[in-house]
Amino acid sequence: MAAIAQGNPPALELRGLDKRFGAVHANRAVSLGVARGSIHGLIGENGAGKSTLMHIVYGFHRADSGEISVGGRRVSILAPHDAIAAGIGMVHQHFMLVENFTVVENVLLGVEGGARLAGGFADARRELEKLARDYALEVPLDTVVSELPVGLQQRVEILKALYRRAQILILDEPTAVLTPPEADALFVMLRRLRAEGKSVILVTHKLREVMAITDRVTVMRQGAVVGEFATAATSPRALAECMVGRAVLLRVEKAEARPGPTLLDVCDLEVRDRLGVARLKNVNFSLRAGEIVGIAGVSGNGQSELLETLAGIRFPARGAIRLGGRDLVAERLNPKARRALGLAHVPEDRLRLGVVPGFSAEDNAILGYHDRPAYNHGPWLNRPAIRAECEKKMADHDVRPPLPGLRFTAFSGGNQQKLVLAREIDGGPQVLLVGQPTRGVDIGAIEFIHKRLIALRDAGQAVLLVSVELDEILGLADRILVMHGGEIVGEVAGAAATEEKIGLMMAGVKGEGTA
Amino acid sequence: MSAPAKLPRWADLVLLPLVNLTAALGLAGLVVALLGESPWVAGRLMLTGSIGSQDGLGYTLYYATGFIFTGLAVSVAYHAGLFNIGAEGQAYIGGLGTGLVALWLGDASPWLVLPLSLLAGALFGAAWAFLPAWLQARRGSHIVITTIMFNFLASALMTYLLVNVLIKPGQQSPESREFGANALMPALHDVLAKAGIPFAATPLNAAFLFALAAAALVWALIWRTRWGYALRVVGQNESAAVYAGITPSRVVIGAMLLSGALAGCFGLNELLGAQHRILIDFPGGAGFVGIAVALMGRNHPAGIMGAAVLFGALYQGGSQLSFDLPKLNRDMVVVIQGLVILFCGAMENVFRAPLARLLAIFQRGEGGR
Repeated sequence: MAAIAQGNPPALELRGLDKRFGAVHANRAVSLGVARGSIHGLIGENGAGKSTLMHIVYGFHRADSGEISVGGRRVSILAPHDAIAAGIGMVHQHFMLVENFTVVENVLLGVEGGARLAGGFADARRELEKLARDYALEVPLDTVVSELPVGLQQRVEILKALYRRAQILILDEPTAVLTPPEADALFVMLRRLRAEGKSVILVTHKLREVMAITDRVTVMRQGAVVGEFATAATSPRALAECMVGRAVLLRVEKAEARPGPTLLDVCDLEVRDRLGVARLKNVNFSLRAGEIVGIAGVSGNGQSELLETLAGIRFPARGAIRLGGRDLVAERLNPKARRALGLAHVPEDRLRLGVVPGFSAEDNAILGYHDRPAYNHGPWLNRPAIRAECEKKMADHDVRPPLPGLRFTAFSGGNQQKLVLAREIDGGPQVLLVGQPTRGVDIGAIEFIHKRLIALRDAGQAVLLVSVELDEILGLADRILVMHGGEIVGEVAGAAATEEKIGLMMAGVKGEGTA
Repeated sequence: MSAPAKLPRWADLVLLPLVNLTAALGLAGLVVALLGESPWVAGRLMLTGSIGSQDGLGYTLYYATGFIFTGLAVSVAYHAGLFNIGAEGQAYIGGLGTGLVALWLGDASPWLVLPLSLLAGALFGAAWAFLPAWLQARRGSHIVITTIMFNFLASALMTYLLVNVLIKPGQQSPESREFGANALMPALHDVLAKAGIPFAATPLNAAFLFALAAAALVWALIWRTRWGYALRVVGQNESAAVYAGITPSRVVIGAMLLSGALAGCFGLNELLGAQHRILIDFPGGAGFVGIAVALMGRNHPAGIMGAAVLFGALYQGGSQLSFDLPKLNRDMVVVIQGLVILFCGAMENVFRAPLARLLAIFQRGEGGR
């Protein structure tokens, strides 16, 4: 912290922040300094305490002890409006926008200046136009927010913070919802902000971004700061090891794929939602034994609908899904019947779809397979067999703690996912559909899950992998299909794929091999 | 930030209900004091009147029997994610089935008439729950609304039947004739007398054992069978049920049929055990008390039995109270019951957060040592 040594107070300084939630020690004496005119990365695994720390800074939580200084002056932040008054702005991962208000209305919300909109919209518009010019933040001011693409909605959030005269901007996982080109545009904006003397805290788990844009980076693990580096003097590997506390493999190691016969064949699939809007159209592809096919795309471009349609949760308006010589659509087979044919599904949102959060681990470990004779005596559940099976799954997949009777939500995200994956793999599938396998999963478990998927492929099964993490698709898939607007806009062989190529297709520019 | 605070299991199951009950009784005591009676005297009267004497205990368990049936009915539906407000109507119509068999075969062998009347009660109750269930499962009509409406329908139908069809000829009050001698549930004091044990004459009867058996059956069904598993999946996460290949509409209908059947067994206790005839409004609100019983019993059969006995004691102790302290009439008893329902049901989470904070302070204190 060279700036401090020169007697120039940091824009934001946290000293000894400590916070407990009941038995959980979420932040342990966290100290952190962010220099003026810098971009500071804050990284750590899920549950490392990053969000709690930022929530304390923004006034959602109150620290049990410790202090916060802004520009060298100690401040007391009891609620978000205190944080705003101190010049701190936050862009949440899930935007806090009123969807059916225009951009101007959203920005003015909460700072109207009285019942009659003192100053009026004209002043606000003038000010916003100036901000947009200064920081490359152009947004159509009179458009209703719900009509804007996600990247622009994020700009509205940033504008909101700047309009409230934020000097320190906190961004929580800002690139999770963006295409690579949108992310690049965001980074251009952030550099502009830095040049204007603002400070940015970037909370993320993507090491690539940290390396690309930050000046300094703080690593948290188990509620405490475990390292602080000048970005130029560190490497992704060093950061990953610091986050996890041990050596990790960043790149998945896998042998050449040896694809066999076609297992799953999807023909001319079209899916409409309740309003009759086409969510999937003209989708054709096939899945062969012994390969992992990745579906890349910005979230919301039909990937979820594709997975749910293949799994039998949604029914298409037309098209065919062929597996083992049967047409799953024509026969209107439900998910249970599809499982019996060897189609297993690890859903994108495991807590909403894949499990019953209030059930024990062992009860969740049979969900969808609860009809199998091994788990039943006539109408009665075979409790000892269910428990033994869950213990076996926990041992095989390194689920911790190995307690079958424990409530599902008491497990960490990674262990939850390992249990769901174990259930679907142990069902003996021919084809495994996997959605966002590592969402909310820590690095150690990611490594494990990736190895399992590759082992499944090497054993001659087919895997369809849907992920918004481009790195994951690039690392695992033997073939990559890119979706945009409910269509497959391109196909690239895994070995030939680059981020730029796929990024363009994700943005809707049609690529090679288009159907 | 509005998620309910986490409590350890023992505190959730025992401490919180106790705190709620204490608060309810404390407030009731205040009302009693305002009316110019001593809360202590009233409390003692209620206690001795409900469980402190053979007489009181018999009545308490008799009331509890009916509440167990309706409480189980509400809980089964609840486990499937349904709020069955219609236990009252299902008990009423179920009682019609029980009563018709008892009127028709009242002089046949008890080995024929008792199982048949039980079956008829369950069938009639289930049938009354079927239409709301079907409407919910296939047409999305909200089960709370339809079951409330079906309570009114049941009431109107029964009034019509009792006034015009089933009424005993030459009588003013809308009641059927008395059942045959073989269609009665054996009363406890009679059974005990045969064994040479004297017990005060109360309406407590063999239906109590049926209620205990029903509680055991519900427990086994919900937690030990595949069907109960599917039911709980649907109740807690319908999307996951679809994902797992469970058809929610089928489960919803099945759960409501069982719920209605359990409520339909109410007549076993009330009609065959106590009244020995069908009479107007014999459920007397027991279906609604069942909601409170299920809520307070955390929808677990063991908890429901405990809560049913508590409410039985409130009923019985309350009538004792209005008998001995003329300033506290029946309405006062309803006030006390209402307070218990309010604190243990509707406001059961009011003390949750403060209790969690208190326990956390306590634990931290221990950890610091």
